[in-house]
Amino acid sequence: MTVALDILMTASLWEAVLRIATPLIFGVLGALICERAGVLNLGIEGIMTLGAMVGWLTVYWGGDLWLGMAVAVLVGMMMGWLHAMLTVPLGLSQHVSGLGITLLASALAYYLYRLWVEVGDLPPTIVPFQPLAVPGLSSIPFLGEAVFTQMPPTYVALILVVLVAWFLNRTPAGLALRMTGENPHAVEAQGLNPHRIRIWAVMVGSGLMALGGAFLTTAAFNSFFPTMVQGRGWICIALVVFASWRPGKALIGALLFALFDAFQLRLQTVVEGVPYQLFLMAPYVLSIVALVLVARRARVPEALMQPYRRGER
Amino acid sequence: MGAAATLALPAYLRKAQAQTAVKVAGVHASPVENAWNSRIHAALQAAAADGLIEYEFSEGVAATDYPRAMREYAEGGAKLIWGESYAVEAEARAVAADYPETAFLMGSSGGPEGDNFGVFGTRNHEAAYLAGMLAGKMSKTGTFGSVGGYPIPEVNLLINAFRMGVKEVNPEAKFLNGFIGAWFDPAKAKEAALAQIDGGADILFGERIGTADGAQERGVKAIGSLIDYTPRYPGTVFANAIWNYRPTIDAIVADVVAGRPVGRDYTEYSFMKYGGNELIYVAEEVPADAIPAMEEKKAAIAAGTFEVPIDATEPA
Repeated sequence: MTVALDILMTASLWEAVLRIATPLIFGVLGALICERAGVLNLGIEGIMTLGAMVGWLTVYWGGDLWLGMAVAVLVGMMMGWLHAMLTVPLGLSQHVSGLGITLLASALAYYLYRLWVEVGDLPPTIVPFQPLAVPGLSSIPFLGEAVFTQMPPTYVALILVVLVAWFLNRTPAGLALRMTGENPHAVEAQGLNPHRIRIWAVMVGSGLMALGGAFLTTAAFNSFFPTMVQGRGWICIALVVFASWRPGKALIGALLFALFDAFQLRLQTVVEGVPYQLFLMAPYVLSIVALVLVARRARVPEALMQPYRRGER
Repeated sequence: MGAAATLALPAYLRKAQAQTAVKVAGVHASPVENAWNSRIHAALQAAAADGLIEYEFSEGVAATDYPRAMREYAEGGAKLIWGESYAVEAEARAVAADYPETAFLMGSSGGPEGDNFGVFGTRNHEAAYLAGMLAGKMSKTGTFGSVGGYPIPEVNLLINAFRMGVKEVNPEAKFLNGFIGAWFDPAKAKEAALAQIDGGADILFGERIGTADGAQERGVKAIGSLIDYTPRYPGTVFANAIWNYRPTIDAIVADVVAGRPVGRDYTEYSFMKYGGNELIYVAEEVPADAIPAMEEKKAAIAAGTFEVPIDATEPA
């Protein structure tokens, strides 16, 4: 027990938590924006993979790291556009289209990578983002080490949580977006176009998902590998429910999951006699438990997964 | 026979020899740059370049698709199908039974079957043991970490061999281990490595890629497995337990050409006496007094007077 507490008291654990959480924060914000507008986006796993590939490739071809991030966003938005076209104007099944996008995007990432990149014994590397100590703040004991010596995209992710929350709750456009997810008829009655709002929401959300993928190849690691997203997208889909579709809670959910993960990796090394599978399971099991506790009170967007057809009651 | 020697032959003989190149198909469950697959892929490509085989392959083949890919190559006239049946043991064996004229060589946790289903295990444990002997003399903290994918026998026996090597020169050594539950999640492997460094480890045995990234970030040392990681992590990875797959290929191709049944275990060709695994290390980064004992042990392994024990129990 004291071992567990000792681990919790180390700054490097909390530093790891933020690092592990970063791709999840991008992904969960992306999924949340889509769903608040009424569209479930199961394309996330594939969009993250494709984002990881194009973000990395841009840097590999000589681009700047931030250009890589931008290209990832753009490509993610293109995939989002495709998903939106199928599910919004055509009103097709959001589940089927989303899974199709995941298959398409991850296969496309794999294919283009093979087409354009010569791979030897080991995948080629780029120079990834380096940790950036925030002047002043990083010298705060414990907190500075844990929070303010992260890689730049992590700061972006944290700022985005605030921006997305502000946008959704404090701007007319955010209100329109939320209303599209609750009652698209009312949006239409206001003279706004629910289809256009949904299409943009899915595109922007998908752009953020791709950013989460790009973090894996330009910050957490320095190479691309076709199967490296490893289910992080699906975790984001669950985290949206956990967060009850709220950005602040989404951040907490991502941090909680990352905490379980960072914690179990450390516990594995010090606790003997417990099968390692139990530790590996921990973040998932605890997420499910948290989901059960929270989901009862979750407020699901009323029109989630319901295609809007003009004039239909 | 090398390319130069081939060219020196009369034209009609060259043609005859080209015809004897065995048609080999590889069915890789992972993308070929996955460390384990990359060793096999490279060896098969080299064998093809030498004219020993013709090599075509599929990669990233899902388990559900795996038997179909095997059948397609068998129908397509491949004489030898290389693959990995860990996740599809029953299905792969059923395919082999349907194509008795085709030889199969599968990475497998099970045994060989019939006349045409050969298996092999991964063995670079001897090199890992020797790497452990170097590491044992290098650590300041006396704590040694290791990051593995899943605790399957081939991974366990490798990590255990490393530990035995460490213990031989440093009986007081303490060990940490972490499994990441994935074959390719470098971000997670890196986190596992950092967790162990936080736990006091200053030398890490990286069964998975990503381990050395953690070591590099914190300025501690790491050991690579299967492939040579030193060029990618200079100053961090000081030794690598290299796996050479070519002896295995040469052995089964010889069997196929001679018409001998291949339903046997080809694991032995990964052992050091066949050149199936080797230690490469950066001598300048290793304490000079660590090397003679290790070299002595290496000679003993080669001479057959010492056998690195195989312990497949899960390392804690």
